[in-house]
Amino acid sequence: MTYQPINLGRWIIWGSAALLFAAAPHMFPGGFALTMLTQMGTLIIFALSYNMLLGQGGMLSFGHAVYSGLGAYVTVHVLNLVGKGVLQIPIPLLPLVGGAAGLVFGVLFGYVTTKRAGTTFALISLGIGEMVFACVLMYPGFFGGEAGISTNRSAGQSFLGLTFGPAIQVYYLVALWCFLAMAAMFALTQTPLGRMANAVRDNPERAEFVGYNTQHIRFMQLVLSSFFAGISGALSCINFEIVSAENVSAIRSGGVLLATFIGGVPFFFGPIIGAVVFVFFIVALSGFTKAWLLYLGMFFVLMVIYAPGGIASLILMQFPVIRAGRWRELALPYALAALAALLTLAGLIGIVEMVYRLSEQGASTVLNVLGMSFDARSAPPWFVFAAVLVAGLAALRWTSRRVSERWGEIQLALQAKAAA
Amino acid sequence: MTNRNAVELQELHKSFGTTRIIQGVSLAIREGERHAIIGPNGAGKSTLFNLISGRYEVSSGHILLHGEPITNLRPFEINRKGLSRSFQVTNIFHNMSVYENVRCGVLWSAGYRYSFWQRIGGLQDVRRRAEEIMERIGLARRRDTLAGTLTYAEQRALEIGITIAGGASVVLLDEPTAGMSRTETAQVVELVRTVTEGRTLVMVEHDMGVVFNLADRISVLVYGEVLATGTPEEIRSNPAVQEAYLGGLHKDEAAHADGSHA
Repeated sequence: MTYQPINLGRWIIWGSAALLFAAAPHMFPGGFALTMLTQMGTLIIFALSYNMLLGQGGMLSFGHAVYSGLGAYVTVHVLNLVGKGVLQIPIPLLPLVGGAAGLVFGVLFGYVTTKRAGTTFALISLGIGEMVFACVLMYPGFFGGEAGISTNRSAGQSFLGLTFGPAIQVYYLVALWCFLAMAAMFALTQTPLGRMANAVRDNPERAEFVGYNTQHIRFMQLVLSSFFAGISGALSCINFEIVSAENVSAIRSGGVLLATFIGGVPFFFGPIIGAVVFVFFIVALSGFTKAWLLYLGMFFVLMVIYAPGGIASLILMQFPVIRAGRWRELALPYALAALAALLTLAGLIGIVEMVYRLSEQGASTVLNVLGMSFDARSAPPWFVFAAVLVAGLAALRWTSRRVSERWGEIQLALQAKAAA
Repeated sequence: MTNRNAVELQELHKSFGTTRIIQGVSLAIREGERHAIIGPNGAGKSTLFNLISGRYEVSSGHILLHGEPITNLRPFEINRKGLSRSFQVTNIFHNMSVYENVRCGVLWSAGYRYSFWQRIGGLQDVRRRAEEIMERIGLARRRDTLAGTLTYAEQRALEIGITIAGGASVVLLDEPTAGMSRTETAQVVELVRTVTEGRTLVMVEHDMGVVFNLADRISVLVYGEVLATGTPEEIRSNPAVQEAYLGGLHKDEAAHADGSHA
């Protein structure tokens, strides 16, 4: 088994990423899609900055929203000063203001949190998150209390004819910064600090005995990560034109952890996938169902148990099989397993939605699915969905066994080939 | 070998709770010599290494490196002053390639420290140094192999490679031949001999063949105290040592060889 950094085609990858950013609003037209894409861009930066801690530095943080949130607060005040004509900063450069603010708070809080690694780091980050959240509510003069501070992104002078009033202009601003931040964060993984952060994550003791102060490495990694978190905070401030206590809350901190994990902590591009999926859950799914958070939670738990390397690992696992030309053997087992999963999902969703309808005061208990309507207060739909769920689970058990058998055979063959 | 001391221990004590592990060790290791520390299990050999390299705090006493006090400095500070160590239980970066492992050992001493503005792949001096080290430890062909998937003997060689990569003037090796076959042991002895050329070597070792083959001087540690220090001949003929350690060992070996009486 050999490890080789992917060098070939790096230009192709970054080039297509840039193209994708440019073309996305045309591929998915409409205001709703644009809202989602803009949020995805912001969260991609945030999740990648989070993974500088968790994935690259082995630091599990429960308070990363502190840096993006405080970056957003500073940005909102600066933006308001720009609006009043007190300051002259072009809007496209505001993310640097947020980034600088994030960096300053990174230095301040990071000095405390990075004194320890592991569980202690996690707990201190949680404590600092709570402390900052409490401060935000305690000083409404600066933070605007529960309601937060609102702003107007198009109040300043236009920049090269751009007012950033229209959502499409904001999207391209986010896209540009997202691309730059992605490139910068990737470049950081290829520096002495970035590599030693990996070393400290894997074996802190050994790192100390080759001359590195592990505490200082964690500190620098956190400060740099806070800079990018601040950039994402500034972009969300420009996008939503409001910053409130929610921006620094534990919910945000937990959200970015979820997104990063779902995408795949061990891989640089994992959090990008995670951010896209996460925004899909919170923006798209929340429009359809009140149970979206439950679905997100279940999805997260399933990922933690069955795919701790996230979606990215599931994708990467396929490459050796594809390269060996044996993916077709898996196509049928995969398709069957997907069908079984859909069946399970249908049964589960039916039951969850009926429970929500019954528990919600004043909600109609009549549901419409595929042109059929039924009442959650009657027994038959419960039996039907329960039967679908049980059948789905049984089918999933059977089909997943077929997948893993086939998978095992192929892996054995590949290993034998590699050894020969 | 010069007359100056590379490492000097003065009245070193270490206790864990009420248990005294190191009880007043004084020892001078000269620059350029190969010094072996031997002694029965539980004599405190590894503890002594952990004190010198900064892994443990000393209870009392002093440690000097090239005449400069390093007592209770942190491991990375001691390493930067030119003392590097290996571990009895292989302590490498399992998820990194052989090349990256060695490179981790090179980076600080090459002066790149915490740089986040230089591309690591572009640092030619680091690459050359790492490749030279891989060549010397015989792992050049395994350059891109994940360290965790190497054979045990290869991992032990890598352990030595990381230890010497930073160009430390004093190298502490903790049982470099532990768990190895006879052929592998012979290879490690040669490896240790070549890579510590021009440096000071302090090693803990159980294999007496290795010790008497490699060491210029030997110290015998028993119950946290130095029983004797001297050349291999002096140690071999020292009655106290024979009584306390070597004699016992020979008896063990005799019993082992003559299994029917055991």
